[in-house]
Amino acid sequence: MIINSRFFNRSELMGFVALAAVLFVILPLTLDVFRLNLVAKYLTYAFVALGLVLCWGYGGILSLGQGVFFGLGGYCMAMFLKLEASSVENTKIQSTPGIPDFMDWNQITSLPLFWQPFHSLTFTILAIVLVPGLFALIIGTAMFKRRVGGTYFAIITQAVAAILTILIVGQQGYTGGINGMTDLRTLKGWDIRPDHAKIILYFVEVVLLFACIGIAQFIRLTKLGRILVAMREQEDRVRFSGYSVANFKIFAFCMAAVFAAIGGAMFALNVGFMSPSFVGIVPSIEMVIYTAVGGRMSIFGAIWGAILVNFAKTSLSESFPQLWLFGLGALFIAVVLAFPNGLSGLWGDYVQPRIDRLFASRKSKAGWKDNSVADGAPAE
Amino acid sequence: MLVGQQPKEFLLAVSGLTVSFDGFKAVNDLSFYVEENEIRVIIGPNGAGKTTVLDLICGKTKATSGSIQFRGKELTKMKENEIVQTGVGRKFQTPSVFEDLTVFENLEISFPRGRTVFGSLTFQRDQLVKDRVEEVAEMIFLKDRLNTYADELSHGQKQWLEIGMLLIQDPDLLMLDEPVAGMSVSERAKTAELLNRIIKNRSVLVIEHDMKFVEDIAHKVTVLHQGQILSEGTMEKVKNDPKVVEVYLGH
Repeated sequence: MIINSRFFNRSELMGFVALAAVLFVILPLTLDVFRLNLVAKYLTYAFVALGLVLCWGYGGILSLGQGVFFGLGGYCMAMFLKLEASSVENTKIQSTPGIPDFMDWNQITSLPLFWQPFHSLTFTILAIVLVPGLFALIIGTAMFKRRVGGTYFAIITQAVAAILTILIVGQQGYTGGINGMTDLRTLKGWDIRPDHAKIILYFVEVVLLFACIGIAQFIRLTKLGRILVAMREQEDRVRFSGYSVANFKIFAFCMAAVFAAIGGAMFALNVGFMSPSFVGIVPSIEMVIYTAVGGRMSIFGAIWGAILVNFAKTSLSESFPQLWLFGLGALFIAVVLAFPNGLSGLWGDYVQPRIDRLFASRKSKAGWKDNSVADGAPAE
Repeated sequence: MLVGQQPKEFLLAVSGLTVSFDGFKAVNDLSFYVEENEIRVIIGPNGAGKTTVLDLICGKTKATSGSIQFRGKELTKMKENEIVQTGVGRKFQTPSVFEDLTVFENLEISFPRGRTVFGSLTFQRDQLVKDRVEEVAEMIFLKDRLNTYADELSHGQKQWLEIGMLLIQDPDLLMLDEPVAGMSVSERAKTAELLNRIIKNRSVLVIEHDMKFVEDIAHKVTVLHQGQILSEGTMEKVKNDPKVVEVYLGH
């Protein structure tokens, strides 16, 4: 019979242990706080990549607008932090004390209604998940129920990203405009800026990431995970097996949106600001590139993709700032042409077989059926 | 012999069905009736509208006018997945199976349980599912290949797998579009044997070009030509119809 009872198969377990060791032990021990905080920033994109694995890798739904959900999550968090930083005593030099500074600069004299509930942390945490989730539900329902898919869907998500950026930049008084929300200071009175806070936030983020990995892996192993794969290949066959294809696509898209939003919220906390430059078309495409480089069929691959591409981005931009975008473009072309399953595909093709042989020679126990779907081996 | 019967005894009643693509009527005012446990074969030259008729019944194409009643329910107003849940199964002309999944998983997805998003999240692979999958796999000659990925199967095996995916749905009306096309002689014989076994207790609507195969299985034959019925009846009657000989069998 098929081995399906275990949560991770052997290669996934190795991926899990390796990632946990690097993120929980090796990086905190070897990096200084500044670099560790950079890793925390990279990891916020790993949430997005994780969502894209489910939505794009498994479900075949390419979204070029994940920045929208990353941004919505980030802005929800930033609104809470900004309100806390804008207490009456902090802002007593303003003409209207007690409202965020950018509102005061834009001649707004009272806190807008939609900002009011963000005084509550509970509401904010719910909003981080629900606002992007509902937004994805609306877009998904509107598109998938009408059978809009493939390239058309990708273009529409891209348009949504452009629209949201323009809206945020245009509504400066309500959103902070092009500068975004800066000068975020405390979370419930706890200062998020000093080194020890950065370290704690880093670990909170890693724990959250592993929780999301758990959820993604759970979904992947249920029948829903197999239906997503089935849908990617033969949409009509799924439909004529009695499933509403649109509902499954909406689910995958919403999950990807929620993961991206959690990443966005952690970005606001770890980096200390949020701006429209993380919402628009370019960041949204970059997020797809991280996922493609890591391997869109592999949960762990995509996370490594997000970390490594961002690490490369930081190192390259430090020395050759102009070259980075060309580098990124070249990387994407290389992935599409030469290794469509990304790093995890290369791993699965070249490294994994050697490890398997090593294991096989050590204990020649048969009966293994390595379920390599996760590593992208049998993709088209 | 059909004339005296009441319409409600029919499993499927297609009446006045018309579909027009930009003014071209692919199916034109078509009416036919399928009884319980009847095997009906639709034949006709290329472009006669055979596949379109199946598309219309299963909801893939929406009718311009006319009605399709299945057990008294109007199918033209239903979505594809609802039509499947009412008991209509459809096999496509080219084998459409999920190549990145194993034979077991292909069959399991078609098992009629947990078809909603949350149903599929909580779906358990229990003994009932396993037994049913194995039972069907045995019927479609793939019992030893349950753990094989479907992309490693031969063309004929993929066709069988898709038939198996329909079987596990247990539809009351099974629609097959050229089930033996592209098969070798031995696969063809096995498929005929398979079809003869699975048609018990259900009605079947088959499109097929292979006249030998049609003669073997058909209770009644409907000949379509330019979206309309040219002739209908037993194979014997249809074969001797001069109109049929002229447009189809004559070549």
